[in-house]
Amino acid sequence: MDTPSGKLVRSHCVGTTAVVYASDYLNKLTGEKIERECRRQLNCGCRALVIDFSDTKLVNSIGVSILLGIIDVAEKSGARIAFSDVNSQTVQLFEMLGLTRHVVLAKDEREALLNLSHFETTPIVH
Amino acid sequence: MELSTQKLIHTFGALADLGQEIAGTGDFTEMVRTSMHLLLGTLALRRGAVVECTGDGPLKCVAVWGLGDQMFSGFEIEEAEKQAFLSGEATESLVQNTASANAFLNRHRDKLAAEGIELVFPMIVRGEVTGLILLGGKASGEEFSNDDFETIRAMVRHIGVGIHTHRLLEQVAQRAEENRRLYDELRAIYRDTVRAFAAAIDIKDKYTQGHSERVGKYSEIIAREMGWSEEEVEGIQIAGYLHDIGKLIVDRDIINAPYNIDAKLSSELNRHPSAGYEILAPINHPYADIPLMAKYHHERLDGRGYPDGLTDEQIPMGAKIVSLADSFDAMTTDRPYRRRRSFEDVVRDLRENSGKQFDGKVVAAFARAILKEVKGETKERRITKMLGKTYLEGEHVPTLLGDLISDLEEEVSRKGAKAQSF
Repeated sequence: MDTPSGKLVRSHCVGTTAVVYASDYLNKLTGEKIERECRRQLNCGCRALVIDFSDTKLVNSIGVSILLGIIDVAEKSGARIAFSDVNSQTVQLFEMLGLTRHVVLAKDEREALLNLSHFETTPIVH
Repeated sequence: MELSTQKLIHTFGALADLGQEIAGTGDFTEMVRTSMHLLLGTLALRRGAVVECTGDGPLKCVAVWGLGDQMFSGFEIEEAEKQAFLSGEATESLVQNTASANAFLNRHRDKLAAEGIELVFPMIVRGEVTGLILLGGKASGEEFSNDDFETIRAMVRHIGVGIHTHRLLEQVAQRAEENRRLYDELRAIYRDTVRAFAAAIDIKDKYTQGHSERVGKYSEIIAREMGWSEEEVEGIQIAGYLHDIGKLIVDRDIINAPYNIDAKLSSELNRHPSAGYEILAPINHPYADIPLMAKYHHERLDGRGYPDGLTDEQIPMGAKIVSLADSFDAMTTDRPYRRRRSFEDVVRDLRENSGKQFDGKVVAAFARAILKEVKGETKERRITKMLGKTYLEGEHVPTLLGDLISDLEEEVSRKGAKAQSF
């Protein structure tokens, strides 16, 4: 999938979990691309999402708002969501704003997949 | 980094982005949507909407996030509720506060609460409620703090001004478009009036009906071929229509004399360019130099014209064009005392008189325009329509025109080189 800068939004599936890679700066342009990719994966039947922030240096306000939108969509679809490899500054930001109440934070992609695989076997109770 | 510092940096960053977004000239709806995202992202809110007052009560949703699209159908604000926001009576923003004096909140509480809206802020710009911003769903689950309220108020003010400015710009653009349309209409009315006037001038001369209109059209064709701007082309067309307006003050018997008139009558007739100038000069025309083109359309490059005996450089280019158009029409239409001349004869006359009576550049441009039409390179056959279908027929016509053009262009470039050597 193309970003406005011409780069691809990388993603792949591990079972029913989709891993979507955020870009170096999560703002309006890149955020909307990631949101679309997450929606597409959920529509294709994914039951869990990992958003990997290993390349992400900065997340601005619009990025936060878009991530909240992805969390909303995931919750409505009954899907779990995890953020992996988030740098310490961004972790602080997510904790301060309360995003961490809605997502699992994982050290890396492998750990995120492991956490979500545990949830996958647990029935979702609303 | 301390939490408060981190929060401050995040909020400042959002305010800076908001300022940039509002100052941009992009799409209005996108600007509002992005501004709303910035506000939501600053405090990590999951729901928000920006609704605009449409003036007569109903609120129009401009941007929405995390809410149903149909939530705002039938949603309205009453004038008294707007006044309460303005007077400071309705300062309460919390939807859940049932003790609120805010009539708008009280009226819509159930609907707003059902959608998870917790806060309602009016956008007030220049003493007017321009819309509302509705927010809810703090991701942290915490209550809104005083700092949050301050941040929201600051950003709501920014967004309000942004929306107001964009709307003003839209209105300005709309007014400009209306003015342009009105101006075009006025110009069309002016053109039609001038054409009617030209017809009135020609009616005085029973042998030259349609002459002024044809001179206008020939002038337009020549000017366009010479690369004049559209406005200048329109102007010279008008000058062509009005070039003989001075004939209105010349005795009808002199104009309609079916023979060559004597010197005295001729001098009376020759007053018409100056008389035309006197008629046209006090009028504020939407195009430049129309009176001068009428005044000088009988001047010649060799100085033997009238009324002022001007020479080449002294004669405005517009007058040279009208002069050629006028003479060409005179040569190619029947008069009471002679038949119109053949095209070969006309070309011979143009060649002989280029540099004396006519400007070679103008004659060359006219010849090019005729040649294009003869060769079928133009969509319309306007010249043929004026001259009659058969007038430009004949295999020799393109050669005649081609030779004339190359001779004149050679002459013009020779003159140019000579002028440079001095």
